[in-house]
Amino acid sequence: MKEKKSLLSFGGDKKQRGRFLSFAIVIIAYIAVEILMKTGNLNSLFTSLLVPITCYVVAAIGLNLNVGVSGELNLGQAGFMSVGAFCGVCVSGMLAASIPAGIPRLIIAIICGAILAALFGFVIGIPVLTLQGDYLAIVTLAFGQIIKSIFMNAYIGMDSEGLHVSFVQSNFKLQPGGKMLLNGPMGATGTQKIANFTVGAVLIIIALLIVYNMMFSRSGRAIMAARDNRIAAESVGIPISRTKMLAFVTSAALAGAAGALYGLNYSTLVPNKFDFNTSILILVYVVLGGLGNMTGTIISTVVLILLPELLRSLQDYRMLIYAVVLIVIMLVTNNEWLMTKWKSLFAGKAKGGA
Amino acid sequence: MQFLSYLINGLGLGSVYAIIALGYTMVYGIAKMLNFAHGDIIMVGAYIAFFAITKFSLPLPLAVLAAMAVCTVLGVVIERLAYKPLRQAPSLAVLITAIGVSYFLQNGAQLLWSSSSKVFPSVISTGGISLGSASVSYLTLITIVTCIIVMVCLTLFINKTKTGSAMRACSEDKGASMLMGINVNMIISITFAIGSGLAAIASVLLASTYPSVYPTMGSMPGIKAFTAAVFGGIGSIPGAFVGGLLLGIIEIFAKAYISTQLSDAIVFGVLILILMFKPTGLLGKKINVKV
Repeated sequence: MKEKKSLLSFGGDKKQRGRFLSFAIVIIAYIAVEILMKTGNLNSLFTSLLVPITCYVVAAIGLNLNVGVSGELNLGQAGFMSVGAFCGVCVSGMLAASIPAGIPRLIIAIICGAILAALFGFVIGIPVLTLQGDYLAIVTLAFGQIIKSIFMNAYIGMDSEGLHVSFVQSNFKLQPGGKMLLNGPMGATGTQKIANFTVGAVLIIIALLIVYNMMFSRSGRAIMAARDNRIAAESVGIPISRTKMLAFVTSAALAGAAGALYGLNYSTLVPNKFDFNTSILILVYVVLGGLGNMTGTIISTVVLILLPELLRSLQDYRMLIYAVVLIVIMLVTNNEWLMTKWKSLFAGKAKGGA
Repeated sequence: MQFLSYLINGLGLGSVYAIIALGYTMVYGIAKMLNFAHGDIIMVGAYIAFFAITKFSLPLPLAVLAAMAVCTVLGVVIERLAYKPLRQAPSLAVLITAIGVSYFLQNGAQLLWSSSSKVFPSVISTGGISLGSASVSYLTLITIVTCIIVMVCLTLFINKTKTGSAMRACSEDKGASMLMGINVNMIISITFAIGSGLAAIASVLLASTYPSVYPTMGSMPGIKAFTAAVFGGIGSIPGAFVGGLLLGIIEIFAKAYISTQLSDAIVFGVLILILMFKPTGLLGKKINVKV
């Protein structure tokens, strides 16, 4: 019964309205923020949060494609962000001399980050997506840990002889005048900050375009069919592994792009930033926003990133309150009695309005 | 003969993972949920034992008992308040709630006991015995022996007692066991109680091995023990035991022979390899789904 409801909400006029709404929200929010910034009404804390918010929104939209639309739990989205971030930082560092302009370099870095993350997603997906069950969850969890400890030990640098990569610090030597790109547990240091909010907002729009076009096309319907009933989908000729792979790789690529943007927003970035907790945080944005609902994902990501900042006046209690809010939202939204009351309230209002 | 001492140290670390993994695997087997707050129950247990020893100067066995009592109650209360209302909800909702509980415990501990780490007193004598050329500390021996005792008791409990058979029935078919007159809610509470009690034992061993106690101390051992449970086949009690021991041995060998920093990458890499060739884990049951 529940499955039918969620499918119905994708169909008809509502579908168009939902798509329009999410684009409208992003564009209106972008214009509003730009006006606030130009008139100087935005404090520095919120200004510094703008790019990270766009990054997490993109990563969460990608994860929602994987968890909500494809129905596979992914506990390693931060791992893909990490791949994208360090790839983006390295690419930007290497091209700094040949392309001095920030924006084209940023775009190249984002594309490279997305491609590398997609490649990693493809390699991980091959053994896992042919299996049934929660294996993707465990393997992506393991992937996140592996990526973190690999970047903690990676030393990458560039000098007149070309690119140097080493996993042992003592073996790593650069010619004088060489440039250190990745420095083990210290991560990327001295990165030129070339990310900006406009590129982030455009990236959200591109992510939405990709995900919506996928969801409402033949392949998207195949992905949802494979989620709702694997055996029935298989029997009408849908290649399950390939459709699930499509969703997973797209999700990884979006995370990689988001990561590259994130990495180029800070002058230093440590590998520990993208740990298991970050993956879980992105999953929380997706689940609270609503599985398969991109507008909800955008809103919940923005609200949940701003919530701890808005609760700053409560000081030490803010994370405790955050945890309680999380538990209470889950309990309330899954309580059937409360939800039917809530819906009847809205139905009554709609009738009154008509 | 470094090999032997590495092996025994690996068994020691693996025993701790095995005891924690039992909690994950039992809860998964019966309630079909990943209890991400399990690692933080370990942290609470470690703090209780720490205060029992330093503030109230209780002897070690009493401190362990106190930690067990608090953790057991905590586990049951969490289950009743946060997980029980979600019995019918989709599994992702339960997962997010468990994450919420985990945040709650970590930040609660930070508020109550501050985020700085405390040194756990060395209550287990530091000496050791020598086996041939390898020396083994008493702590490692006690850890291994504790793990074996826990395993034997738990296996007897599951296989010989009435509650144990009720638990096995619930893990196979909740609906059918309800029809047979088993109080399923009660059984789930008992499972959480046992898992949390075991977490308290593990917490004392863990805090004595790395002698420090801090609010996020449970998360990494929690993830590793969860990996161990998957390794051995989630839902299987002997699987958690084997998986925990193997994980400990692999970790210590990777640290000793390959690289200290890359040991985590190696442990999780082995997990991926095992899942590729044996998707249900080492001792997991293969479930055939009929159309």
